[in-house]
Amino acid sequence: MFTRKLRIAALVAASLFGMSAVQATDITGAGSSFVYPVISKWSAAYAEKTGNKLNYQSVGSGAGIAQIKEGTIDFGASDAPMSAEDLQKFGLGQFPSVVGGIVPVINLKGVDAGKLKLTGPVLAKIFLGEIKEWNNAEILALNPELKTALTGLEGKAAQITVVHRSDGSGTSFNFTNYLSKVSPEWASKVKFGTAVEWPAGVGGKGNEGVSQYVRQIPGSIGYVEYAYAEKNKISWAQMQNAAGQWVEPNADAFAAAAATADWKSAKDFNLIMTNAPGAKAWPITATTWIIMYKKSKNPEHTKVAFDFFKWSLENGQSQAASLSYVALPPELVKQIEAYWAEFK
Amino acid sequence: MHATASNVVSAEQSAEAARNAKDSRNDVLFGWILKACALLVLLALVGAAASTLWLGQDAFRTFGWGFLTSATWDPSNDQYGALVPVMGTVGTAMIALVVAVPISFGIALFLTEIAPQWLRGPVSSAIELLAGIPSIIYGMWGLFIFAPFVAEHIKPWLMNNFSADPPDGKVSLLVVKLPWIAKFFSSEYAFFGAGVLTAGLVLAVMIIPFISSVMREVFQTVPTRLKESAYALGSSTWEVVWDIVVPYTRTAVIGGVFLGLGRALGETMAVAFVLGNTFKFSWSFLETGSSIASTIANQFGEAQGLQKSALMALAFLLFVVTFIVLLIARLMLRRMATKEGR
Repeated sequence: MFTRKLRIAALVAASLFGMSAVQATDITGAGSSFVYPVISKWSAAYAEKTGNKLNYQSVGSGAGIAQIKEGTIDFGASDAPMSAEDLQKFGLGQFPSVVGGIVPVINLKGVDAGKLKLTGPVLAKIFLGEIKEWNNAEILALNPELKTALTGLEGKAAQITVVHRSDGSGTSFNFTNYLSKVSPEWASKVKFGTAVEWPAGVGGKGNEGVSQYVRQIPGSIGYVEYAYAEKNKISWAQMQNAAGQWVEPNADAFAAAAATADWKSAKDFNLIMTNAPGAKAWPITATTWIIMYKKSKNPEHTKVAFDFFKWSLENGQSQAASLSYVALPPELVKQIEAYWAEFK
Repeated sequence: MHATASNVVSAEQSAEAARNAKDSRNDVLFGWILKACALLVLLALVGAAASTLWLGQDAFRTFGWGFLTSATWDPSNDQYGALVPVMGTVGTAMIALVVAVPISFGIALFLTEIAPQWLRGPVSSAIELLAGIPSIIYGMWGLFIFAPFVAEHIKPWLMNNFSADPPDGKVSLLVVKLPWIAKFFSSEYAFFGAGVLTAGLVLAVMIIPFISSVMREVFQTVPTRLKESAYALGSSTWEVVWDIVVPYTRTAVIGGVFLGLGRALGETMAVAFVLGNTFKFSWSFLETGSSIASTIANQFGEAQGLQKSALMALAFLLFVVTFIVLLIARLMLRRMATKEGR
């Protein structure tokens, strides 16, 4: 009786294990919340096609890097690239995954979306707390056609309230990186990082927090991922890019930034895309790096992970576009696939 | 025959002795189990405090006592100080307490002494339901509804009456006479609803259910005999409450208040949404700030190295702050007891 039960149990177990061998492989990743929406959309489409499931946890870039270093996940995702030494030390490699834009958002009475024009240095001065009012001469000089609206603000309504992220985030990393590139003062005083000591303003938690604060405070300016500004219908500002052109935030401008960034000479794709040189490039553009072991500890999983990223880089454009992200340009994808030869 | 009788007696005796031995062994065992249960709490507390201290040691070693007095929080230059989060934590909790305790007292009194029988059940369950709402919901409510309300109605009124830089431009007589008041009511961003006061009020709503349900429970334990005697002597309801109910239940009431205070000190999500998350030191209620728990929640995910250690050190400070507050409460209770000659 007892042996019979045992035999049945063994049989059931064997059939279960047997099934899992032919069944799909589940891979795990963790890190940046910036790519979370697009990775989850990609993984749903990929699972439908191949049956392989992907479990991604948006725990933050720092935690993603920590977990891949410990080898508890198959890939990490970080909004800041890892340095060549760190990659070397842990035997890791990294490549960009998808492009997104960050836009300055404003709440200004009488100024429609995209009408306000700002340059990088002026934006830096606003976030440094040096330009405190909307009727400041430098802002008026850039926006002669908004003169009546801006000078019409009186007293406290003319006051600029800066809204920044209170949580450590890749959005802040890329935004402060851009300000560091266009303002020597910002670069020496505040520097850049996922969290910095903000010289001015109040902190909202997450993209939601920032967009909500901006909507509530007249005369405020903040920065959010493009998708949030679009979804929440918040006014954004035009920016002047590195080539001196005025650009509006949209998929073409983000793609232009990714295409004109100098990836060729960036070892391990260690290049932050902000202030890209292209004439049509949106200046505050960001990507997220996927980090994996060059010599895999779990080759079966790594194979599936590569297959997933190959599929999403080559076929994931529509999913990315539906979330206001932009897929990487084809030349960059080719370069990434060549880089994968270094992985075993 | 005689011998067999004594045999029976001794057998009975030995059976009884065995039973006694077994009982006392079980008593000891039971005592150990209970002790283990109590020790587990102590162990968890000491373990959590020790591990935050251990992980925060880098920060304490780097900044020394300056960690407590510095108002800088600068992740890109790795300079950290706990002054603003500690002040924000204590400030918001105090505002919450000042608002929540009288209201909770009123709720509990109404439910135990005044409300008609049919109303007591539904209102009590409503309060308990309120206690079960997750804090993120309070945070969202605070961000979307309460903060704009404060910005539109409460803050302009306070600033017009008490600040040196009022939106309507007329400095009130009170501020002219007592200029130090203005220090507590200044605000860099007049149109912004989030801040220490807003966070304190949201916290008050969150802790009212805790305090009032404890108060209600203990008010019900007051013997009817005592209350009826007082009524028979011609006391009003207020006199019965203040002279009979409150003295009878005081220790438990204060325990309930501190349960609420504990929650207010450690509250994370709700505060992160309505406090404004800035690291500038200010005495003003209307200014934005940050709290220990909200700082940790905001920055822990992306923190590395010294920043992570500083956040752990903050967590340890939360233990210290809570401990000090509880200590003060104990001392207050003792002083009250000696005053009454007990």
